[in-house]
Amino acid sequence: MQIFMLKSEISNLQSRVLMSGNEAVAEAAIRAGCRAYFGYPITPQNEIPAYMSWRMHEVGGAFIQAESELAAINMVYGAAATGVRAMTSSSSPGVSLKQEGISYLAGSELPAVILNVMRGGPGLGNIGPAQADYFQSTRGGGHGDYRTIVLAPHTVQEAVELTKLSFDLADKYRNPVLLLIDGILGQMMEPIDSWGEMPEVPRVEKTWALTGAKGRAPHKICSFFIKDGMLEQHNKKLQEKYKKIEKNEVMVEMYDTDDAEIVIAAYGISARLCKEVVRKMRSDGVSIGLVRPISLWPFPYNAIPNGIKKVFVVELSAGQFIDDVKIAVNGRCPIEFYGKTGGAFFSVEEIIEAIEGRI
Amino acid sequence: MNSQIQNPKSQQGIFCRPESLKDVPTHYCAGCGHGIAHRILAEVIDELGIRESTVGVAPVGCAVIAYEYWNFDTSEAAHGRTPSVATGIKRVRPELTVFTYQGDGDLAAIGTAEMIHTANRGENITTIFVNNAVYGMTGGQMAPTTLLGQKTATSLKGRHELREGHPIKVCELLSGFSGVKYLARCALNKPNRILEAKKAIKKAFNVQIEGKGFSLVELLSPCPTYWGCSPEDSLKWVDDNMVPYFPLGEIKNI
Repeated sequence: MQIFMLKSEISNLQSRVLMSGNEAVAEAAIRAGCRAYFGYPITPQNEIPAYMSWRMHEVGGAFIQAESELAAINMVYGAAATGVRAMTSSSSPGVSLKQEGISYLAGSELPAVILNVMRGGPGLGNIGPAQADYFQSTRGGGHGDYRTIVLAPHTVQEAVELTKLSFDLADKYRNPVLLLIDGILGQMMEPIDSWGEMPEVPRVEKTWALTGAKGRAPHKICSFFIKDGMLEQHNKKLQEKYKKIEKNEVMVEMYDTDDAEIVIAAYGISARLCKEVVRKMRSDGVSIGLVRPISLWPFPYNAIPNGIKKVFVVELSAGQFIDDVKIAVNGRCPIEFYGKTGGAFFSVEEIIEAIEGRI
Repeated sequence: MNSQIQNPKSQQGIFCRPESLKDVPTHYCAGCGHGIAHRILAEVIDELGIRESTVGVAPVGCAVIAYEYWNFDTSEAAHGRTPSVATGIKRVRPELTVFTYQGDGDLAAIGTAEMIHTANRGENITTIFVNNAVYGMTGGQMAPTTLLGQKTATSLKGRHELREGHPIKVCELLSGFSGVKYLARCALNKPNRILEAKKAIKKAFNVQIEGKGFSLVELLSPCPTYWGCSPEDSLKWVDDNMVPYFPLGEIKNI
């Protein structure tokens, strides 16, 4: 995709602007103080490295088109270890390759942002939109007892806001944050009304960073604890941190759920369509609402209201997100699933038809 | 070049521990070359006066906890990703002197792609490559640099070129890349060679300090434990088996 504005115009951008999701996330990352980007080409996220390749240099940051996803995520590890805000982006098969590095980031408690513009799978799959990386995103993906914060925007504007939040949360908790969008949200162009308040970054002081041991004891960044009991101790510390995140960082949008008898549970691009589903079905007299988790981990397990007759789970997958909805519902009402896989997309009408047939 | 000596005892001509090495016992086997490699590396860092602006990246392998011994900022890296971690550090903090310390498995097997591309980009970092022709940490398996005929835990009959291929000559492999500015192969089995190795390490660091590009020093290093010989015999083993295949000297200096 061509860059549609002069570079200098983008740099000074203040007012409403039309941008693709991918480019908007890249610009938002720059404005959030990200000064290191390392990535590898893969569709449908190629606009991000292309954008970063000139924009990062404009702001004096580091950009490398790495030789592989493995190299890219480990360059992120290195940059993050020095206290600089760092990110990488990819799409499903590439994010699979990054899992080793994400586990190391979590183990070494390094803040970093990883963007996954999901596409069809498994394997090479295709380049259509999908939400089939839910398990990988929320269940670890790599080895060991660790968690990544996972945020899932449903508009380009929200992607901008959550990009900044991702960097803030990563720094606050010294933890990797995964920003999860899909091929459609990455490619679609939408107006951005506001870049939000993005000052010169409210930096958390990174007293642990590698900056050269001048006038202090040396710092080390590692996830290896070979001495008896030390790894267990480290894991306990991580789990305490994860509990804190579960307590403080749950984000969910409750859309027309106050008087709803049935609710749809959906996130990301599916949720966006389901808002229209709710509007249309309500105009036909159906008492329906939408529960839209914004943080997929920590998951809003308390969000499904009591007294609901049925929950419809909608996802571009064969049914992954539904597992968390089941935990949230905990047997209080029946749950139905409607999904599409393999890069196929559904229309508002198809979703309505699927729900109406099963109310 | 700033060559101030950090350690006051050294100034008095007394042989003592470099400031860049912590005063702790290491876990290395008797006769292992890592201790020597750590020592000369630390001496070079002291002599260049860069201890407070150096970051070392430790590998996965026998030197996995080298950061417990080095008295400057350090990072771990996943197996073979060592050059990528160093790249990330150096690109955002170019004022730091950044080196990787890697074994033959880390550098020439699982991390081959990272090594080649880091070298080819001419990343302004230095790599200390410890070649002992075997995987030590995991129990003496065949390495990419295991010599023909050498018996290991996974080549019980000895490495054969038709089965396992020939050992990789890392310096020669990297020498064709324009971004690579300094390559030297030294051995840690004799005092004069150890001094040569130290000189080579210093040259490599200076290449980085001058901003020229990628530098690497390969150290042929004894591993008596997995060569199945005494520490004394392992020094001879380097001469008899390694040096003929891995020729010593500066391979590149531009």
